[in-house]
Amino acid sequence: MPHRDAAYNLARWILRGRAQAEDVTQEAFLRAYRSFGGFQSGNARAWLLQIVRNCCFTWLQQNHVAEEMTEFDELTMPPKTENPESLAMASYDRERLQRALEDLPAHFREILVLRELEGCSYKEIAAITTRPIGTVMSALARARQQLRFLLTEPVPKGAGRDL
Amino acid sequence: MTCELTQTRLHAYFDGEMDAIGAAEFERHLEACPDCEMRLAAEEKLRAALSGAQLYERAPESLRKKLQISLPKAAVPPPVSRSRAESWRWLAIAATVVLATFLGWQYLRSLNRFSQQQAMAALIVDAHLRSLQPGHLEDVISTDQHTVKPWFDGKIDFAPPVRDFANDGFPLMGGRLDVIDGRTAAALVYGRRKHIVNVFVAKTQPGDSLNGSGELQGYHWVAWQQNGFTFTAVSDAASADLDQLKQLSLAP
Repeated sequence: MPHRDAAYNLARWILRGRAQAEDVTQEAFLRAYRSFGGFQSGNARAWLLQIVRNCCFTWLQQNHVAEEMTEFDELTMPPKTENPESLAMASYDRERLQRALEDLPAHFREILVLRELEGCSYKEIAAITTRPIGTVMSALARARQQLRFLLTEPVPKGAGRDL
Repeated sequence: MTCELTQTRLHAYFDGEMDAIGAAEFERHLEACPDCEMRLAAEEKLRAALSGAQLYERAPESLRKKLQISLPKAAVPPPVSRSRAESWRWLAIAATVVLATFLGWQYLRSLNRFSQQQAMAALIVDAHLRSLQPGHLEDVISTDQHTVKPWFDGKIDFAPPVRDFANDGFPLMGGRLDVIDGRTAAALVYGRRKHIVNVFVAKTQPGDSLNGSGELQGYHWVAWQQNGFTFTAVSDAASADLDQLKQLSLAP
């Protein structure tokens, strides 16, 4: 099954859970299989990941993960000027990075995972998220800024999400 | 204090999504802007942290098994009952399938030819962009065709025709070796007003996919064949200019 890892990894980070990711990835593959006629030659990975992310956001909606649906424009922004401390970020362990990534809004998680973990080009991200490239570019800039911001926040006691 | 450029251009540069000219411009800006330099370093740090943490999670074995079971089921069409009296109909359907397959195959072949041409054009435009990076344009710098032509001697297994068209507005600037699609090509560099034109010359091979002309990412290309060589001119100059260069080159 081509792009199985890519599909699962994207779902895992958008949904923030491994069990959900397995279910939704399976559903996305079934959907892709049934609608293969809708595939207009070209980038199969982008086509599949678009189905995966749509399934993920439908799942979030159906499960009433309300705050997830905030659009880019409504997302609260970190302070506009970053301080030297946040720019001179220390090294962080996997757990800290995972938590920060998961604390980002869903649309930011999605775009960062596609770019940093999946290595997609702007054009592919635009195709997958069905957004103009300009929006992808500015969202990516903001997502990185916010991730850095979260990484400089003090760690709350007992934080951490169970998967 | 915050530099205007940072928001998106810095990220486009950082992600390698800028064209060669934009990137060169941004690098010049970087030298003068410590703010952007610091931000760029911060982005690099963040990327290193993300990739170092190995956050990518592969699909578990359980999912692979689930897909193996569920997908074939989804792909199998519902069973059809048939009677003997209907068997002539099956013949008609079979004939239709054969015809449709044939037409589909023809269509795919034409698509394939088209996408091969697109892929080749992309390689040519990439080579052109590469050549515009500082210090990459010419290996031999000369406006004299009698200097440029012998330079290729011994470097490639053919002698590319090298001509200067300075009198017609295409001064020869130099030449270099390039590799396109795994094949060595001689690249001749011409000027056209303020534009640079690369003309790639390679031995024509059966199945060479590039022919005619086209446009990609704002760059024009024109390809033609003469005396066993395939010429491909590429530039941001107008396509009419490239056509003129082609006519000049074809003229004896």
